[in-house]
Amino acid sequence: MSQSFSAVKNSGAAPAAGRGRLLERKRSGGRYMGMALLSLVGFAAAEAVSLAVPDAQGVDDTVYRFLLAGLILLYAGIAVFSWFDEKRRARFLSRVSFRFAMGLLLAVWDLLSTKTGILPLPFFPGPSQVTAVFQDDFAFLLSNTFYSLRLFFFGFFSGVVLGVGTGILIGWFAKVNYWVFPALKLTGVIPAVAWMPFALTVFPTSFLAGVFLIAICAWFPVAFMTAQGMASTHKVYFEVAKTLGAKQSYLLFHVALPNAVPQIFTGISTADGLAFTTLVVSEMMGAKGGLGYYINWAKAWSSYYKVYAAIIIMAVLFSLIMKAITLIQKRLLVWQRGIVK
Amino acid sequence: MSSENLIEISSVSRTYVRTDENEVEALKNISLSVRKGEFLSIIGPSGCGKTTLLRLIAGLDRPEAGKITLEGREITAPGPQRGYVFQQGSLFPWLTVEKNIASGLKARGVYQEHKGDVARFIDLIGLNGFEKSYPHQISGGMAQRVAIARALINRPAALLLDEPMGALDAFTRADLQDKLLELWEKNGTTMILVTHDVDEAVYLSDRIVIMTPRPGQISEILDVGLSRPRNRGTEEFMALRGKILQKLHLASSVPQPEYVI
Ligand SMILES: Nc1ncnc2c1ncn2[C@@H]1O[C@H](COP(=O)(O)OP(=O)(O)OP(=O)(O)O)[C@@H](O)[C@H]1O
Ligand SMILES: [Mg+2]
Repeated sequence: MSQSFSAVKNSGAAPAAGRGRLLERKRSGGRYMGMALLSLVGFAAAEAVSLAVPDAQGVDDTVYRFLLAGLILLYAGIAVFSWFDEKRRARFLSRVSFRFAMGLLLAVWDLLSTKTGILPLPFFPGPSQVTAVFQDDFAFLLSNTFYSLRLFFFGFFSGVVLGVGTGILIGWFAKVNYWVFPALKLTGVIPAVAWMPFALTVFPTSFLAGVFLIAICAWFPVAFMTAQGMASTHKVYFEVAKTLGAKQSYLLFHVALPNAVPQIFTGISTADGLAFTTLVVSEMMGAKGGLGYYINWAKAWSSYYKVYAAIIIMAVLFSLIMKAITLIQKRLLVWQRGIVK
Repeated sequence: MSSENLIEISSVSRTYVRTDENEVEALKNISLSVRKGEFLSIIGPSGCGKTTLLRLIAGLDRPEAGKITLEGREITAPGPQRGYVFQQGSLFPWLTVEKNIASGLKARGVYQEHKGDVARFIDLIGLNGFEKSYPHQISGGMAQRVAIARALINRPAALLLDEPMGALDAFTRADLQDKLLELWEKNGTTMILVTHDVDEAVYLSDRIVIMTPRPGQISEILDVGLSRPRNRGTEEFMALRGKILQKLHLASSVPQPEYVI
């Protein structure tokens, strides 16, 4: 990573190096601005290509151009915002190369499709055609996105809650462990979508069937990891708690369960990935809405550019959900920082 | 039973069956009275049953024969009247210093009534400013202070300490020894300290129990009889130290089949 940056950090620890530090700061400031510009240059190039090179395909470029402008503004904003904090600056710098390459990639894609038609339609539409869907099909896309979000939320949430509950029962009560754990291991390895025919007949709506499938697939890893995390509690913690006068409920909720939280989150992360898959598959196979359903519908009309548009939304949506889970995890596991990498 | 005695250990034996099917007589026919308010140390070579004895008093383990009573009542399970401090690594890693200390109260469900004690004990162990630190962020010596405070906040009749300073360097150890004395004097808690360190035993204790291994038995109980505060450099101190070292040496030079190569 950036050398001048670590120099700033070091000199920051030694106040004696006053003038040297100022100089370093100036130099690294200049470097930072240069790099910040570089991260915009890629997208600017893509914008330039879109504006300057005449289209070979008859598509509407407006949304694509606005999106690029939006990205340029967004990253410029982040660059300015990060300026004031050394850690943020370093993080911004570490991402510059990737953003630059992303911009160039968009430019090349645009050139090969919209501008020249080298990539064959309908399978490989250009960025303009794909992004135009966001405007043309706005209402329908939005309603399907909300459908997916709702389905995911209900399914995943109930799966995690059930999983933690089952895990606690298995991890704490020997009888439950004996009877339920083998059953969990046996049913847990079945991909949730295998229950689809069953779910569609048992549940009154395809939405509820989807909730059921997602809940099932999230339930298994969370339950498994919760039980395992509780079982891995070091004996000394139980003994300490007992000598402090703890009852069973304290041992369970204040010793074994907190001890299991890191593993529970491992389970939740696994469940998260499985839930996305189950969500899309169940939407493609049975549901009356959702991004999976939208993809199926678009494919039936050979509107592959709409398929890509839906995929982009999925990528953004799922990344945001993952990010949210990571944030919660970081908050709950501050005590772990420094113990594990 | 004398009213002066807090804990009575009468004819207690504990045998462990090892994985190789051999039996280990960790404790054989041990009897000992612990006086109310005294500072008692237990010293002896490794494997002589010190930890076993302490765990029996704590109620973390049960004797096969004999019984242990606290104020006349038999000890059958662990409880807050007997605080226990492990050698190291017993703080709950998911709780801050403050909350670790409070866990003593919370485990008993009396936190609301005694909330104020937490700050008092943090003050007492000199950890102001570290309330919000997590166990991995503080030193080993600090961690042991927290463990001691966590046990003491329940105002136990006795505090059982199993080599609480075994993993600390000499400076930190001397520091913690003084802290322990201070806490003992302030709270009047009966202290039972297991240690490997003769110096520590002489410096801290009213009485020293010397144990011998295979089978684990008490070979002698010494009255220290030095006035406090004690000075490690005095002749009496050195003499007593030498006497104990000699006894320990004698104890460990008994032929021991396990040590034969
Ligand atoms: N849970 C157990 N299972 C089998 N044997 C045990 C168990 N606990 C202790 N022992 C044996 O009992 C004997 C006494 O052990 P104990 O831990 O009480 O010794 P100690 O005096 O505390 O030793 P150290 O000074 O090394 O801590 C040892 O021979 C040990 O191997
Ligand atoms: Mg021991």
